[in-house]
Amino acid sequence: MTVRDITHAGSGPLDAPDATPRVAGSAGDVPRQGGPRRLLAAGRNAWRQLTSMRTALILLFLLALASLPGALLPQWSLNSSKTAQYIADHPTIGPWLDRFGFFEVFASPWYAAIYLLLFLSLIGCLLPRTIEFVGQLRMAPVATPRNLGRLPHHHRVEVAGSPEQVADRITAGLRRWRIVRRTEDPAPPGRLRQEPSATRVQSTPAAVVAISAEKGYVREIGNLVFHLSLLGLLVAIAVGKMVGYEGSIIVNVGSQFCSTSPASYDNFRPGLLVDGTEMSPFCVDVQSFKASYTEAGQASGFVTGVRSQSGPDAGTDRWQTGELQVNDPLRMEGERLYLLGHGFTPQFRITYPDGTTRDYSQPFAPAANDPNFTSEGAIKVLDPPGATGDEIRKQQLAIVGIFAPTAVLDGKIMRSNFPSPDNPGVAVDVYRGDLGMEGGRAQSVFSIDTAQVDNGLLTKQARANLMVGESVTLDDGTRITFTGFNEWVSLQTSFDPAQVWALVFAVTMLIGLMVSLVCKRRRVWFRLRPVDSPAGAFAGSLSGAPGPRTGAANRTVVEVGGLARTDQAGYGEEFETLARLPEQSGMAVTR
Amino acid sequence: MNETWAQISDLAFEAALAGYMVALVCYAVEFASRRGGDVPADLVGAPVASTAAVSVAGSAAAGSWSGRSVTSTLTRTGGPADAGTIGALPARRRTPWGDRIGRAAVVLTAVGLSANLLSILARGLATSRLPLANMYEFTSVICAAAVLCWLIVLTRTGARTMGLFVMLSVVILMFVAGTVLYVPAAPVVPALNSYWKWIHVTTIALSSSVLLVSGAASLLYVLRGNADRKSAARVTGSQRVNPDRVTSQTAAAEAAAGTAPAVIGATMTAQASRTPLMMKLPSTATLDRIAYRTAIVAFPVYTFAVIAGAMWAEVAWGRYWGWDPKETCAFITWVIYAAYLHARSTAGWRGRRAAWISVVGFVSVLFNLFFVNMVVSGLHSYAGLN
Ligand code: HEM
Repeated sequence: MTVRDITHAGSGPLDAPDATPRVAGSAGDVPRQGGPRRLLAAGRNAWRQLTSMRTALILLFLLALASLPGALLPQWSLNSSKTAQYIADHPTIGPWLDRFGFFEVFASPWYAAIYLLLFLSLIGCLLPRTIEFVGQLRMAPVATPRNLGRLPHHHRVEVAGSPEQVADRITAGLRRWRIVRRTEDPAPPGRLRQEPSATRVQSTPAAVVAISAEKGYVREIGNLVFHLSLLGLLVAIAVGKMVGYEGSIIVNVGSQFCSTSPASYDNFRPGLLVDGTEMSPFCVDVQSFKASYTEAGQASGFVTGVRSQSGPDAGTDRWQTGELQVNDPLRMEGERLYLLGHGFTPQFRITYPDGTTRDYSQPFAPAANDPNFTSEGAIKVLDPPGATGDEIRKQQLAIVGIFAPTAVLDGKIMRSNFPSPDNPGVAVDVYRGDLGMEGGRAQSVFSIDTAQVDNGLLTKQARANLMVGESVTLDDGTRITFTGFNEWVSLQTSFDPAQVWALVFAVTMLIGLMVSLVCKRRRVWFRLRPVDSPAGAFAGSLSGAPGPRTGAANRTVVEVGGLARTDQAGYGEEFETLARLPEQSGMAVTR
Repeated sequence: MNETWAQISDLAFEAALAGYMVALVCYAVEFASRRGGDVPADLVGAPVASTAAVSVAGSAAAGSWSGRSVTSTLTRTGGPADAGTIGALPARRRTPWGDRIGRAAVVLTAVGLSANLLSILARGLATSRLPLANMYEFTSVICAAAVLCWLIVLTRTGARTMGLFVMLSVVILMFVAGTVLYVPAAPVVPALNSYWKWIHVTTIALSSSVLLVSGAASLLYVLRGNADRKSAARVTGSQRVNPDRVTSQTAAAEAAAGTAPAVIGATMTAQASRTPLMMKLPSTATLDRIAYRTAIVAFPVYTFAVIAGAMWAEVAWGRYWGWDPKETCAFITWVIYAAYLHARSTAGWRGRRAAWISVVGFVSVLFNLFFVNMVVSGLHSYAGLN
């Protein structure tokens, strides 16, 4: 019998699920009794395979491997322009990767297949394990293996006292272990008579006493909690993806925004089951925005003063004032409102040749990677006053350029050298002509369609750097004045009713994990032979135990064997202490 | 900003790097000067006698017997725990100066670590924040934590030859940190950072460094396992050698309490003259234990770090998980280590294969720390609103 055999035969319930030998599904195993039965057998076999540890391991690997493209390739959901660029840059492989979902890994069918199989395997593994575990709680620790010398941990020592006395010492030391004490016939080693540990053993002095003890059931509980929590986590994530949504919108300071339907947002990402009909409405009134910076121009804080109303208050005049900060969302009933970004909205007044004046403003987008907040944008005048019919398409105006919160001039080039609006200025080009908006084609609100310029339909009339109050006059007398600016904030609404469950399961998962890694499920066996028995004398002569060998009749040879289920790494020290139990009296091992 | 502290920090960093480098040299010298691996050369040629010697030594050294005594005899290179063993085993033939240099290496490591910790502390004082705001500081903390972890491992296992490989990685990392990644001390404004971020970053740094030690141990396990196989293959004709026993050692020193010394003794006979380099490493059993123990410490901390990261993401970006490249990489690493722990309970996957998984985990941790932070950009490059 090898060490593994002992592990097997002696410790059924201690084994990992696939340590139990499993018959691979060959047709020969199955009585040939027609289709349905064979199908059933095949199904059962497939199920066994699926729920084996090895399959779980392979699926875990696949999961890691399949996630890799999600990290290395651009993803549509994160950055669609980068993804499109990537596909354009790789004309041969790009479209294929796209077709197979490599740019949308975490929504792709193959990714779903892997984790669904994994979790199916998990369920198939957990259910029987749980049932088995409950059964184990009521079973006595398994019998002492015949040859303790073959166990991973083994010790042999000769001590004073009869087997009974030594056994008492040992059991007293095994506090909080589950213990069974048995007596064995000395003659054929291994035959044993079981008796409950409570009853006193009153056998002949020659009887051999065997003690089986087991500890660490809590590890099993931890392991189950861990895996069940994984399952719960997956469900919580899935529910969130089904019924949750995210919407983002840019709101000028001083304006209100009400979330009533997906249409209220600039950008809306619904969950799979969200059709927008059951959104609980709420309104936000953005009252102020304040960004603060260090002298070096580093942002030190952003605060938005808001009033909000949600739940039954929505649509009434009951408001709750609050503050919205970066990293500090406004948590309403269900919805959460985040401050994600901010920017400037330059304001212009245009005085037309006919004397009409109109005010225009439009949020400008902060340039990427500019800490000083130079912003780009365009103001489009689609229906200039006084123009009718086809004239409109010759008289449309566009003011395109940059806004610099703290403007400085390098020659004639304007740039910003500080992010707060200390000295706002704009550098703009003014175009007149056809903006090309009629075809229904979507245009960015931050720029004009340069094709119109290239086609000569839109021509540049002026270029100017303007500080607040300054103006530029076009050849036809149109005067464009930079009158000032407003600030905007970009807000995001997130709704995920299941996220608190995700957190709960994450926490139970962590606890379960720690319990199962810290606690070890382990067994220890003792076999106590009186020294005058032939086997014992033989054993004693080999052991290097110290001490004079007087009064042999009242001495006992103790053999100790230890087995930890999960990992032998780490049982050693505790086993040493356990193995010293026969020697000392009154010292309890509780660890 | 406090310039004095900033300067102290930079000086201490250089001192730490210097200390680590000298320590590395010492580890290398000791490694090269070693005769046998962790088996005293005197076991050679006397399998039976050596078994007896070990068991006598075991009962003499208090509380150290059975499998343990083998392990400690095999791995300890000195120190009080060896007193009994040394008495029982005739004097080793290893050059004493090699041993002394090995001890010096450990002292230098500790000195380097103190300087490293001082450097980190001074950074924090100079900038009045947690010194984990950029890759330079991050790497420095990881090195310190890895060295600390290594010293703890050393006191528990005595596997000093592993130091060469740990310090090699640490010196490389420190060098890269001090040159490529270096940025002068500057405050990052705390108002923009949720405390979850700091919890997240700290726990990621700590768990990653422990995982690095774990991965190094697994890498050495594979190397040592290969060497064991080769030498076992060379010893043919010896009835007592069972190659499987020697090579597929999942905690074999403990398992094969009685036979291991004899087996290794026989193995040693074949190569008493020239020890293959990798046979100087700690035994596979020791390395396996180091890898596993560090991994089970680091894995829950890492899990916690990922959860803290999700908490931060929820507060900062409105969703707790969004498959941002960094998040994805953290997930991949987590899954790999879950697979490692699984493999250790899967028949046929213990030992070597599990060690390989751990090596893959090691690579993914490194990838995570450096490649992703520096090359792949995601939301994490986003430092506030600007
Ligand atoms: C969803 C993916 C899974 C993950 C992330 C995962 C993770 C882990 C981890 C980290 C451990 C070690 C901690 C401990 O011992 O409690 C573990 C143990 C275990 N897992 Fe999983 N697991 C997964 C799926 C599965 C599946 C599908 C099965 C069944 C086939 C399974 C069966 C087990 C068993 C039996 C153990 C305990 C082994 C032992 O007693 O040493 N797990 N798992």
